[in-house]
Amino acid sequence: MNSTARQHERSFTRRALLLGGFQLGAFVVLGGRLYQLQVVDGEQFLLRAEDNRINMRLLVPERGRILDRNGRPVAVNRPNYRVLIVPEDTESIEDTLDAIGRIVPVDEETRQRVRRDIARNRSFVPATVVENLDWETFAAINAHLPSLPGAVPDVGAARDYPLGHTAAHLVGYVSNVSERDVAAEPDNPLLGQPSFRIGKGGVEKEQDFALRGQAGSSRVEVNSMGRVIREVGRTDAVSGEDVTLTIDADLQEYAFARLSGESAAACVMDVRVGDVRALVSTPGYDPNAFVTGISRKDWQALLADPYNPLLNKAIAGQYPPGSTFKMLVAMAALDSGAVDPGHTVVCNGSYRLGNHTFHCWRRGGHGRVDFKDSLKHSCDVFYYDIARRTGIDQIEAMAKAFGIGTRLDLGLPAEAEGLMPSREWVRAAKGRSWLQGETLITGIGQGAVLATPLQLATMTARIANGGLAIKPRLFRAVGGREMEVPPLRQIPVSDAALRLVREGMDAVSNEQGGTAFRSRIAQEGLELAGKTGTSQVRRITKAERARGVTRNEDLPWNRRDHALFVAFAPRHDPRYAIAVVVEHGSSGSGAAAPVARDIMLETIRRDPILSARLREDTDVERS
Amino acid sequence: MALTRVQDDRTLGARLLEVNWGLLLLLCTAAAIGTAMLYSAADGSFSPWAGRHVLRFGVFACLAVAIAVIDIRFWMKLAYPAYFAALILLIGVEFAGVRGKGAERWIDLGVMQLQPSEIMKITLVMALARYYHGIPYDRAGRALTLVVPAVMVFAPVALVLRQPDLGTALLLVFEGAALVIAAGASIWLFVAAGTAAAGFAPIAWSYLKDYQKDRILTFLDPERDPMGAGYHIIQSKIAFGSGGVWGRGFMQGPQSQLDFLPEKQTDFVFTMIAEELGMIGGLCVLALYLLIVAYAIAVALQVRHVFGRLLAIGVSVVMFLYVAINTAMVMGLIPVVGVPLPLISYGGTSMLTVMTGFGLLMSAYVWRNMEIPRYHSHL
Repeated sequence: MNSTARQHERSFTRRALLLGGFQLGAFVVLGGRLYQLQVVDGEQFLLRAEDNRINMRLLVPERGRILDRNGRPVAVNRPNYRVLIVPEDTESIEDTLDAIGRIVPVDEETRQRVRRDIARNRSFVPATVVENLDWETFAAINAHLPSLPGAVPDVGAARDYPLGHTAAHLVGYVSNVSERDVAAEPDNPLLGQPSFRIGKGGVEKEQDFALRGQAGSSRVEVNSMGRVIREVGRTDAVSGEDVTLTIDADLQEYAFARLSGESAAACVMDVRVGDVRALVSTPGYDPNAFVTGISRKDWQALLADPYNPLLNKAIAGQYPPGSTFKMLVAMAALDSGAVDPGHTVVCNGSYRLGNHTFHCWRRGGHGRVDFKDSLKHSCDVFYYDIARRTGIDQIEAMAKAFGIGTRLDLGLPAEAEGLMPSREWVRAAKGRSWLQGETLITGIGQGAVLATPLQLATMTARIANGGLAIKPRLFRAVGGREMEVPPLRQIPVSDAALRLVREGMDAVSNEQGGTAFRSRIAQEGLELAGKTGTSQVRRITKAERARGVTRNEDLPWNRRDHALFVAFAPRHDPRYAIAVVVEHGSSGSGAAAPVARDIMLETIRRDPILSARLREDTDVERS
Repeated sequence: MALTRVQDDRTLGARLLEVNWGLLLLLCTAAAIGTAMLYSAADGSFSPWAGRHVLRFGVFACLAVAIAVIDIRFWMKLAYPAYFAALILLIGVEFAGVRGKGAERWIDLGVMQLQPSEIMKITLVMALARYYHGIPYDRAGRALTLVVPAVMVFAPVALVLRQPDLGTALLLVFEGAALVIAAGASIWLFVAAGTAAAGFAPIAWSYLKDYQKDRILTFLDPERDPMGAGYHIIQSKIAFGSGGVWGRGFMQGPQSQLDFLPEKQTDFVFTMIAEELGMIGGLCVLALYLLIVAYAIAVALQVRHVFGRLLAIGVSVVMFLYVAINTAMVMGLIPVVGVPLPLISYGGTSMLTVMTGFGLLMSAYVWRNMEIPRYHSHL
């Protein structure tokens, strides 16, 4: 071997070792990188691995029930029998749908929705085919399962309202979460759950947070496709709390049935604590339709209905109280000292103030009337007179003390405030000062004054209970905790005034010639004391009056007067107060009083103590 | 100085005794790790990967021993024909290639699908070794001598880039450069060439395909496209972190077992090792490869003839480049280019390439003392 070869061999050895050294260096760098990834940055990537692997699934809590005062369910969760399809478990989705279609109809619209759902999701995500099945159909599906590849029978939960139309306004309904709901609670992940429903009206909305319960969570390990491999941890959801109402569902049903066919409202209240026993608004709507999703056509029909079924008239309907307002004027007059209890007025059918003439509803007049007669016959002239003597400020104070034009905080979203006009209100709303004529008009519950049936019932209850400022109460218990009745304030009104007014109301119902004598309760010890009201919804023009006032019955429905009636019973030991408003019912004594009497009777029948009297009496009659 | 021989009259048994059984043991270890990881990747099953992997390795190991006992001079004669055959196959891919993962790399031979670019990795080593074997020592350092090797390297590189397969092209370039340097070319020339290449990088950029640009951009910032091109590398890094020092345990890696880690049975198998066996496992695998590469260099230093020496160095470099490019890629040091981890990743062609290479290396060792005349007449 020559020297060049040896020299070259040495050079090769050097270069080979150089390459080897370079490779070793590269391996050191790679090992260092491994150290950096797995130890230095390891923690941070480890967290992301957990993020990848573990999915939090929210468990939607079962919604609390809504019960009436006796525990009768008003809103419950019923099993929703449905059939799902898991695309990956069937060879042909169409065949399975055909097979399901032989048991329960599956229309083309449903098929398209199913195909859309399947296309959107992974093949292991089930799509709903049909739901709200009855038990027989569901059982049939179960029996045929072997011939329905991919079909999965499933029981979900759906909200059910056993009272249907009867308590729709009161209870409200639940519905899918809207964008606005999400905006209101942007950080609540529960709202994003497809099976979660949110309260959209009435008690469902007002007590939504109590009814919702607390979301649970399930920590599941998922693979990169999102398929659940196993559950790692679980916190069960806490079901929502039951809400017990003061409402008596049976009474509610009775009152609703009694008012059906009318556009009307009624409110029955316990005069001692303010428990609302019935809160009715007709016509109603079916809240169950909203749960499953109301059709556009049905929704348009509800909106177009002149009887306005979506409005809860008992708390949001605002009506001139008409003659039912007269008790307040009488008490204001007596307690302000403007007149004494023996005050009398001669009614000849009209009352002049300046160059204005104010008419009494009875063209011929009532002759000489005192306080009791003025209520019994509902003489307008008497109230023009005492209202003028008393002044609007005193009337306003008395009306507000009894709840007219004030928020009563019943605890329902739609509650309206009504309106009790005052000097300030006229200045702010109309930019002028109060006119004395307005005092006169207000004196008979017309003009600007507006009250809701709830306010009228509250007013009556406060008169009946001796001036205790009870507040209407709708919730008896939430989650088993009894709601406390706050200490009651005494309204600054004299017993004498209250007594006089109650006597007047007694005469209305129980004396021959009283405006509601025909709608009395004859049973001794259970008699009601009431006041009729007929409130105008239009002005009667001079020409009309000259020609003889058109009879209400001859007017189109929406121009007829509203019929009102307020009452309490029993007259000497009041337990219940009621207010009934029949929109465009023409006459308080004709349209509202009989209904109020019947509902009051039913209320008495459902009261354990009062109903005993009723039975004793019947027994006596029989013997 | 060891004896050089012109003739060899050893029996087959004697030759078999000379075969580097120690090296084969190291290769077996790598293949065994591969089998275990493929078993884990299939969720504890020998199908579809682990069983075939171990079977192939058995066949290819026998092939390597068979190559080793055949006279090195036969392989030297075969060097150029093999190179040209591989080149023709590469051209064939242009016309009859099967598309796989967005690039034409495969040619269907009926019995098996072949990746000619893989074969080229070994035949290029053979051809370059053969070329320098025929060059007088004093000419090896001249710049002019580099013309033929340059053509030998860049012809297949150009074809591979057309497929386009950036990873293999880079591997071939580095492989050629390492061999030429080992053969005695001026190192400064390569430093200069490297600098120039860096200068031309912006021009090269405009010739890259969109998906290649995407890969490079994503490499620089994987988070720019976490669900698309960056997904692989982000999930891979997460898996490394998930493994930590001691690993999640064999068959316990959540990233791997829950399919977050893509291509875990092929290019990303190292990530799976690191997740399930931890940094310790990863370092052991790197150490194993280092041993294999060092073994190959040690063989090169013992071979008396230029062809054998360069062949051995070439095989060591190919092995090193496979490992370095693959692991650097899955650890986010370089863009994702699609180079498997030899003997561990699932895939027949890369295993065939590597085992053929080691067969030739062992042949060079078995015939290390053979005196092979230098054919000045050629080239």
